[in-house]
Amino acid sequence: MKELILVLISAALVNNVVLSQFLGLCPFLGVSKKTKTAASMGAAVIFVIMIASAVTYGIQYGILEPLKMGYMQTIVFILVIAALVQLVEMLLKKMSPALYSALGVYLPLITTNCAVLGVAITNIQNGSNFAESMMNSLGTSVGFLISIVIMAGIRERIEGNNIPKPFQGMPIVLITAGLMAIAFCGFAGVL
Amino acid sequence: MGKSMKQFFNGLVKENPTFVLMLGMCPTMAVTTSAQNGLGMGLTTTAVLVLSNLFISLLRKIIPDKVRIPAFIVIVATFVTAVQMLLKAYLPDLDESLGLYIPLIVVNCIILGRAEAYAYKNDEVSSIFDGLGMGLGFTVGLTAIGIVRELIGAGTVFGFGIMPDAYEPLAIFTKAPGAFLVLAVLTALQNKFKLKSATNVTGVRVACGGNCAACADGQCVEYREEIGKINGIKEAEAAAAKAEALKKAKEAKAAADAAKTAADMAASEGTSETKTEQDEKEQG
Repeated sequence: MKELILVLISAALVNNVVLSQFLGLCPFLGVSKKTKTAASMGAAVIFVIMIASAVTYGIQYGILEPLKMGYMQTIVFILVIAALVQLVEMLLKKMSPALYSALGVYLPLITTNCAVLGVAITNIQNGSNFAESMMNSLGTSVGFLISIVIMAGIRERIEGNNIPKPFQGMPIVLITAGLMAIAFCGFAGVL
Repeated sequence: MGKSMKQFFNGLVKENPTFVLMLGMCPTMAVTTSAQNGLGMGLTTTAVLVLSNLFISLLRKIIPDKVRIPAFIVIVATFVTAVQMLLKAYLPDLDESLGLYIPLIVVNCIILGRAEAYAYKNDEVSSIFDGLGMGLGFTVGLTAIGIVRELIGAGTVFGFGIMPDAYEPLAIFTKAPGAFLVLAVLTALQNKFKLKSATNVTGVRVACGGNCAACADGQCVEYREEIGKINGIKEAEAAAAKAEALKKAKEAKAAADAAKTAADMAASEGTSETKTEQDEKEQG
């Protein structure tokens, strides 16, 4: 149990997916203007990453390993993730329109979010068991949620500030991200 | 031939994926800890890009329009797997240092973007040159950023120490925060000198409008419009709330100012100062 909690904290804070591994930068920079949309995006990412890593884990150890086709990993995983996102979108539309309207717009964007594929591959590369994989996925996606919501909060605050002209727009966002990354470096001492 | 060369220089200079289009930001930031890593990643991506452009161009009349994106993904993923195996066999050091980012070339916007925007519609030769130009443009971008980060962060370039011994390396530049800071300064310079770049085009916040999918999936235009609508409504709401808050603040300020001027009557200097301040604020 203790190990699982350590895995969770390490994935969420110490090795934060955006700020130290640079995965999922596109939505992090693009969808972080408002806290509410950022939170929806984060929730959608948690949803997809959890499902995708459970399914890819099953495929790796249920199909690819017994057939000695480990080299097909990249091809199979990306296709499975793309199909899965479509499926989840359709199911949500049918079964839970409320959730769909909250997450729906963001779901297709997540297909090419490298964090999803990244986590699935990392889980296999680390050789972790199912519980550890799921904990790692949960930690990673919660880490994404944390960083994108903090980012959106900061961007809302600095919106009215008097920023030097060349730094307006993208540069100040990148500097904010850099400062956040420095702050998250501090978590390295926790474990 | 003229068309091919034009396409080559288009990728290398005019639409440079790193500096102008700002595509593939994840690998750009993640692997540029040193010039060597940047170069390795750039060349690996170039190899995949040239091969996938060639094959997509060859198969462009066979791939049905409706399933083209999955077909592109399969082709790209095949070449990524092949390149990954070659790297493992012949350049294990590079494979070690790039690690997870090699399989992630599959989701690099540049590759799917070029497949959709160019290779699927053009002949083989110019598609190869397009891939070559874009890939080398990406390589130049990554290597340049890598050189800057390595020089500041470790005092070396490609492993050769070129800074004087007295130079104290700022190790943070080879770590995660350094990537953000270097990119921030780069985009700020582009803004300052008004260079053509995705970051100073108004209306689009990131090159791909915030999502990699936009480059690949035509459907995403719809989604982007939807997001735009949602953001528009929310922004309108926020603006209304802001206007109201501003109004209230102004009323409060007017009251406060009236009290202040009364109090500051004696010290005329203070009043004039506050007045100029007010004027500045109004101008701002």
